Amino acid sequence: MIEHYLSLFLKAVFVENMALAFFLGMCTFLAVSKKVETAVGLGIAVIVVQTVTVPMNNLVFQHLLKGGALTWAGFPNLDLSFLGLIIYIGVIAAIVQILEMALDKFVPSLYNALGIFLPLITVNCAILGGSLFMVERDYQFGESVVFGFGSGTGWALAIFALAGIREKLKYANFPPALRGLGSTFIVVGLMSLAFMSFSGIQL
Amino acid sequence: MNKKTKEVLFGPILDNNPIALQILGICSALAVTSKMETALVMGVSVMLVTAFSSAAVSLIRNHIPNSIRIIVEMTIIASLVIVVDQILKAYAFSVSKQLSVFVGLIITNCIVMGRTEGFAMKNTPGLSFLDGIGNGLGYSLILIFVSIFRELFGSGSLLGIRILGLTRDGGWYPSNGLMLLPPSAFFLIGIFIWVLRSVKKNQIEEG
Repeated sequence: MIEHYLSLFLKAVFVENMALAFFLGMCTFLAVSKKVETAVGLGIAVIVVQTVTVPMNNLVFQHLLKGGALTWAGFPNLDLSFLGLIIYIGVIAAIVQILEMALDKFVPSLYNALGIFLPLITVNCAILGGSLFMVERDYQFGESVVFGFGSGTGWALAIFALAGIREKLKYANFPPALRGLGSTFIVVGLMSLAFMSFSGIQL
Repeated sequence: MNKKTKEVLFGPILDNNPIALQILGICSALAVTSKMETALVMGVSVMLVTAFSSAAVSLIRNHIPNSIRIIVEMTIIASLVIVVDQILKAYAFSVSKQLSVFVGLIITNCIVMGRTEGFAMKNTPGLSFLDGIGNGLGYSLILIFVSIFRELFGSGSLLGIRILGLTRDGGWYPSNGLMLLPPSAFFLIGIFIWVLRSVKKNQIEEG
């Protein structure tokens, strides 16, 4: 049992890295990776939100949306899974909002550190993507907790690494037209190539 | 067509490209471009969602309270994406299977959100609709560019029609496996930006 969860976790972090293998959350990934400090803030915020929203959406899917899930309410033939997208994004938006208020009240230091990144996370596709993958692969509740935490960690790891590289790249002398965004794309391509060496690992 | 309309419609294609300049909507640009067919379907879907959601948000822009505008926009976008998703499932099932979660991810595609938030909240419905189409075109342009290279050099075909004979079927072209792998999309977009900015020098970033 523990072995299964551990391999799921390692797979979510390395082999199926959200940012470098599936390209999710790329917009923020490229836009907020100029400094290591901000990248760490955003990375931690993503881990927290992902670990909460994936299991939450799993509960919603298993008990409300899945075909036959509403048997307890007297609708055995109802299949609401087409409403999934709108419900998941609603759950994510609500959880981010609640998290923001809770952090502001109870852990103000963390709230100040995360700053504007929390609300930004609602439109980070890694978060919605995590929930959609969870549905597509039909994870159970326990698996979804591990998958949420693992995929968040993988994304955070990738943005830390990219921010580190970009800080050093400031001193490199690129052709003017390649400066900034162009060079970042190529660096991410090389990173993703490096991460591909994890693929094929059987856990 | 007057000047302003033209600018709104065609500006985003090269002068203000959503992917190459605004850094919007990159996730899906990379993941769906290994084949031209999926890239085309994705481009059209994003264009329609952007255009209609911009128009819808613009229609009610004076009635949305500022504090909940993101949730209102999200709801409109999500409903449109559900419509697109259902249509694809009904009429193009195999493509919709290949696109897997990426149709759903149009909701969080920053192009849609960015245009409703940045343009539609301040402009009339007609202009916002055109702005959506224009940005959709700019997005599709990059998708098509990347997918042509990836499909032609990766599997020797375009839209599934064989162009280069592959060595494994007795032809002359040894297929380039890297093109089918995700990192090639990054390199191609990086090169596209390089070329674009060499031509349009005003887009170069300060070092």
